[in-house]
Amino acid sequence: MPELWLLLALCGLATYLWRGPGVLIAAGIDPGSATFTWISCVAYAIIAGLVSRMLVMPTGALAETSLLERTACSAVALAAYFWVTRRNLFVGVLAGAAALWLIRS
Amino acid sequence: MIRSPFVRGAREAAGIPAAVLVAGFLGFGALAASQKVPLGIAVASTAVIWALPGQLVFVEMHTLAAPLAVTVLAVMLSSARFLPMTLMLMPEMRDPRHRAWKYYLVAQLLSLSGWTMAVARFPQIPREERLPWFYGFTLVLMATSALSTAAGYVGADRLTPGAQLGLVFMVPMYYLLILVGAVRERIAALGLASGALAGPLAYLASPEWSVVLGGLVGGTIAFLALRMWGRHA
Repeated sequence: MPELWLLLALCGLATYLWRGPGVLIAAGIDPGSATFTWISCVAYAIIAGLVSRMLVMPTGALAETSLLERTACSAVALAAYFWVTRRNLFVGVLAGAAALWLIRS
Repeated sequence: MIRSPFVRGAREAAGIPAAVLVAGFLGFGALAASQKVPLGIAVASTAVIWALPGQLVFVEMHTLAAPLAVTVLAVMLSSARFLPMTLMLMPEMRDPRHRAWKYYLVAQLLSLSGWTMAVARFPQIPREERLPWFYGFTLVLMATSALSTAAGYVGADRLTPGAQLGLVFMVPMYYLLILVGAVRERIAALGLASGALAGPLAYLASPEWSVVLGGLVGGTIAFLALRMWGRHA
């Protein structure tokens, strides 16, 4: 798997390109600029697109669950997070996972 | 007894901040196992990329057999938030007593949870103690996450199929809750909504380009909507 290690190293480097310059440049870039707003819109869209695709059209293990099951378990996680625990992320995630486990076993 | 700032930072991390990451990285480990990514790569990605969205992009695009350059581009675009975060945090940690290389190393340790906590705690910490405090805090987070990745990966093989599915399901749930929780911000709401629509549509058009394509199209639509919204507000 040397190719996968190379890919990982490049991906790490690509991430560091955003981390490193912040050390060098003390100021001078305006986080409220149009370029920055566009970049954060794209970053949000990437992760939202990935997650919604994982829920609507999953690949791998989740592909064997039905859309109805995934929707119902997402609702359980959202309810546990927003209403039952007032934004306890750990409990919300566990509730969704436990719901899918219970349905499937 | 006076504890060093490094130890104090480490102790503050070992609680809720670490527990939340356990949930996300257990799921990521299980997902990597189900997508046939080797264990070593999955655990190393937690230290090398150290950004769960980027790691998710890395694993998913590997599964979709995307070209190398497209994967690197997508990971890079997904991690843009680190620039404004380091720009804001570094001046707060600067002190002539610390050597320059320590700042370049600490940049790699920065994550969303570390940053959020630092922003909240720094006003109460003397300037010269902030860097060691942050090292302690973030190293505990990274170590916990790496262990959780390995545990999720190994656990996924030994659990019943139902429990395995639950573990893999933790990743979309982790982000669903974080993202829906962030919609109070206008940028987040628009980017999330158009990204959530564009992602699956782009996947139908071209699986291996879908992450970059959906992100660029969805993000740009959100950006344009934001400008128009701002003009009429």
